[in-house]
Amino acid sequence: MNITIDHILAGISVGGQYALIAIGYTMVYGILRLINFAHGDVFMASGLIIVYLTTAMPLQYAIPIVLLLTVMLGFLIERAAYKPLRAAPRMSVMISAIGVSYLIQNLALYITGGLPQTYPAIPWISDSITIFGAVTKRVTIITPILTAILIVLLVALIRYTKIGMAMRAVSKDFETSQLMGIKINRVISTTFVIGSLLAAVGSLLYFTSYQSVVPTSGSMPGLKAFVAAVFGGIGSIPGAVIGAFIIGICENLIKSSTDFSIFSDAFTFALLIVVLCVRPTGLFGEKSIDKV
Amino acid sequence: MKKIVALVLAALMLVTVFAACGETKSDEKVIKIGVFEPASGANGAGGKQETLGIKYANDVCPTVEINGETYKVELVPVDNQSADDKAPTAAAELVGKKVSVVLGSYGSGVSIAASDTFAQAGIPAIGVTCTNPKVTEGNTHYFRICFLDPFQGTVLANYAYNELGYRTAYTLAETGNEYDQGLVHYFTEAFTKLGGKVENASFVKDTSDFNTLLTNAVNSKADVIFAPTSTQYAQLIIEQAAAKGVKATLMAGDTWDSNVILAAAKGKDVDVQVTTFYQEGGNAEFDAGFKAWIEGDSQNLTDNGGDSNIAAVSAMGYDAYFVALEAIKKANSTKPADIMTALWDVEYTGVTGEIKFDDVNGDADRVSAYIKKVNTETGLWDFVKEQGVN
Repeated sequence: MNITIDHILAGISVGGQYALIAIGYTMVYGILRLINFAHGDVFMASGLIIVYLTTAMPLQYAIPIVLLLTVMLGFLIERAAYKPLRAAPRMSVMISAIGVSYLIQNLALYITGGLPQTYPAIPWISDSITIFGAVTKRVTIITPILTAILIVLLVALIRYTKIGMAMRAVSKDFETSQLMGIKINRVISTTFVIGSLLAAVGSLLYFTSYQSVVPTSGSMPGLKAFVAAVFGGIGSIPGAVIGAFIIGICENLIKSSTDFSIFSDAFTFALLIVVLCVRPTGLFGEKSIDKV
Repeated sequence: MKKIVALVLAALMLVTVFAACGETKSDEKVIKIGVFEPASGANGAGGKQETLGIKYANDVCPTVEINGETYKVELVPVDNQSADDKAPTAAAELVGKKVSVVLGSYGSGVSIAASDTFAQAGIPAIGVTCTNPKVTEGNTHYFRICFLDPFQGTVLANYAYNELGYRTAYTLAETGNEYDQGLVHYFTEAFTKLGGKVENASFVKDTSDFNTLLTNAVNSKADVIFAPTSTQYAQLIIEQAAAKGVKATLMAGDTWDSNVILAAAKGKDVDVQVTTFYQEGGNAEFDAGFKAWIEGDSQNLTDNGGDSNIAAVSAMGYDAYFVALEAIKKANSTKPADIMTALWDVEYTGVTGEIKFDDVNGDADRVSAYIKKVNTETGLWDFVKEQGVN
């Protein structure tokens, strides 16, 4: 094992990207008790959208538009695939989510023709810099900072605004809050909008580090973010963030050893199993969780 | 209402099933050649370029004489999706469509996976650029027109050790990928035999973060990073190596001879060198014809990666098609079994050199490989030298 500052930096950066995706999983779960399997694919779609947008317009327009389009995609998925199933058993919604995931992947396969697409280099953040003797892209440093800022904003939104209060109420008790006059559909849509926005930001950061988008690009980061959400206690935002950083860092430390590097993914999923066995509610989870 | 919608949907599905069965019939005599190549997945880019070479050849020479009758050559392409588990299904589709001979595939793993399907159907296959020895080893139906990994790995090791004076190497390969692992194995064997030091590393499918592995490579003081991976990973490796300021030479086999690599390395501070089958300029007539053909069709242009640079695999695809035609002419029959027998004795001089199969495995005798490097300013290949094993 030869751990250097490089490995730690890579770990923190990857952790930040997982965190942004994990929030989308955990918020939707907190409110709908649904694991939104399509979330990783929304993340990938966001990457593809910008690849195609930059062929038509400069980057400074493409970035705001991609954020908007990703939010719309998340919103539309909820309206088309989950809302009609509001009264259906939870399992049906879950299956619908898996269906959406495959639909997006296959659409992406059709559009790209199966070829890896090169993600455009975003100036400034993709420049190389040197920190403590380690050469890396500027995005590595920006990721954790941006993640922290976004999370503070999100927590403030949930704590201090009216819609945030509504979200908390809905996550406590779905039916009662409906009876109390909370517009449930608005709350759910807002949740999806926030989740997708963060996924879009995550995708900007992730694909700037790894500049290749293929239809399955979203599945691995999506799965790992999901593990992070479970590890931190699904439904809990700070939990998901801490879980994501722990997974990102551990994964890169394992990769630093030549003998064990190929087990880094296995480690993530082994961790999922251990957490589910030993502490099903995760680090910060609610006590009586409704498992699906 | 819902029931009606469900019924209509179900009816539509049935219609599509039957629509797929429709076949056109005509009096024209046709011989079918299967094109077993990836059009998607990790090797999609390379597979498409190889297919382009085959299609161009078909365009140049669309008919063949059998028993004094003119047969139209029909290409039957299937997409093996660069996946070992999908390859046998794709192969079975070709068998079902009654092809007489199969060309492909790009990527050794899928060829090995599909080999049994072709063997059982008695259909001969001609490997175009699958370099792993296991493709043709111990069977009589799989032939190949390119060089092999023991050769390619040794050539690269010799070149790195003798010509470039490198002593330490770091290798990167995808676990479970026959092509990567095979080439790394032969490279390591040859490099250590010469007296060099090698450290091996592997990564799992769908990895996108190579930062840590590249850091390990730098820490091991490697002069050369040998990474004969699929182009999907190559793009990421080059990009991340450039961002990290890795000084070691990135070296790989024929897979990296692709526009994807050129696009990834253009304008970056990296040294990328590869071995390949053909160098643009080797045959002026083919170069000019192929370029014009690519530029004449927007779909072809897209499949070639957006420009008309000639990939070595396209030239190999072109030659493979004519080798197949030679065999059909020699067999004077459309029966797969006759073509298989005829293939052993085929001798053909193509744009990539002389092609003749050995008597044991049906491999072409190739004595040298082309080495070229990326010119990061122009984004084109610079020819370095022709290198043999010695």
